[in-house]
Amino acid sequence: MRHLSPRAVLTGIGELKPQRRTQGVTTMELLMRVSAEAMTDAAIAPDEVDGLLVAPQVGETPQHVPATVAEYFGMQPTMSNMVDLGGASGPGMIWRAAAAIAAGQCETVLCVIGNHRNDPAPRSPNRNPAREFDTPFGASGANTSYALLMQAHMDAYGCTAEDYASIAAGSRANAQLNEMAIFYGKPASVEDILASPMVASPLHLLEIVMPVAGADAVVVTTAERAKSAPHPPVYLLGAGEKITHRAVSQAPSLTSGPLKPSMERALSQAGMAVTDMDFLSFYDCYTIMVAATIEDAGLAKPGQFGAWLRDNGGMGPDARQPINTHGGQIGFGQPDLAGGMTHVVEAVRQIRGNAPNRQIKGCRTSLVTGNGATMSEAVALVLGGDA
Amino acid sequence: MTDYSTLEVPGPTITDLTAPFWEAVSEGRLIIQRCGSCGEAVFYPRALCPHCWADALKWEDASGHGRLKSFSEIWKPGHPGWLPVAPYCVGLVDLAEGPTMLSHIIPADRPVKIGAELVFAPTHAGGRVLPFFKISDQARSST
Repeated sequence: MRHLSPRAVLTGIGELKPQRRTQGVTTMELLMRVSAEAMTDAAIAPDEVDGLLVAPQVGETPQHVPATVAEYFGMQPTMSNMVDLGGASGPGMIWRAAAAIAAGQCETVLCVIGNHRNDPAPRSPNRNPAREFDTPFGASGANTSYALLMQAHMDAYGCTAEDYASIAAGSRANAQLNEMAIFYGKPASVEDILASPMVASPLHLLEIVMPVAGADAVVVTTAERAKSAPHPPVYLLGAGEKITHRAVSQAPSLTSGPLKPSMERALSQAGMAVTDMDFLSFYDCYTIMVAATIEDAGLAKPGQFGAWLRDNGGMGPDARQPINTHGGQIGFGQPDLAGGMTHVVEAVRQIRGNAPNRQIKGCRTSLVTGNGATMSEAVALVLGGDA
Repeated sequence: MTDYSTLEVPGPTITDLTAPFWEAVSEGRLIIQRCGSCGEAVFYPRALCPHCWADALKWEDASGHGRLKSFSEIWKPGHPGWLPVAPYCVGLVDLAEGPTMLSHIIPADRPVKIGAELVFAPTHAGGRVLPFFKISDQARSST
């Protein structure tokens, strides 16, 4: 392997099947079930976990989230924290776990994230600049923000609606290989996607993730400890993070985001180029996010993502550089903040060589991205296995 | 003309610091903060200058001119109160003073385009006056 010193090993993964709705379920239940799955996968007992990373819980536990989760789990970690990076929270947990291990504060970290989707969904009151200066104009919600980003990108580079829709079609095609995906058994063509209702121009309904209930967990431990694990090791080889703004009105650029420096840092730490990546696990809340990530990664010149995808042979496991083989969030569903962790979990499966129905041949490396808010919070990871 | 005045939509969550902005809007004026130390204009209103962190922000009248940086026609609003006027247009307004603000863009009789010249158009909406913008009648032809 070309990497210098693996920082930590992702040794266990857990993932719940997404559900469109839940009734009377608590987030804590989902978190505990998915954590049990990840610890079983790692062959690690709960009392061997001494680090705990969690994410904000929408509408359930407003404060003291790590302590509430630790208590519910019956754990007494020596390091815990809440990672609040929106969709980048999952990937953001992975390098923080490695850093806590490197700092000697713990040896094995459970990273867990998820949310219920009970009816009625809670609406939390909030009081911040976005609430005061976006919402009153009819711009509440991420759809508007990403539509503004997409329109700016489209206008700057002359990309066609078909270019963006091809990403959703590719995600749907991959979802047909994943029985867990919310759109399993429901393929969609570029024509289907462009025929779906306009939500916020130029964004069509089928270019937007479907919110679902669900949860994901990853166990991170030392290389030494991972030697006794049942699965081949998946190393964290590099990580990068960057936060630039919150509201779309404050974005430094509408066509390129903080993932660019994050990916550069992660690849540089790993001593690798993006073209060395066997699998691209790119955060996809909207089609524009994948388009911008392909371009920010340097895979295609600005505006050329569509041509690059065609040359790449699409996004499936047989593509030159496969993308989002689990279906991406567009095909798999977005289990709230756990959406970003689904990209980590799929990368681990692919590098282990046990992605059912969709294994990429000889997959050794993956670039994983997380994106939060309006192309605001970015985390990139390079994961790799033994050569 | 679209009637926004009867909409039941969430208004701004005004704080002591931002109150002067909303008071000015209610009188049909657009004001903006400028830093007395570094000279940068700031939007949205802050406690300290985000460019140099000086405690020297002062309100001044804005020109009310801007240019459209991006826009979206909203067919499915995030808040149901906006449904009666959907589809409607929101956009990012590159203010002549420098900062960007998001606002509602009042429809014109021609297609909305990035780069369009905008002017401040205070509008009665949902029981208050909001700082909307409209496409300028003196629009320069876009390149």
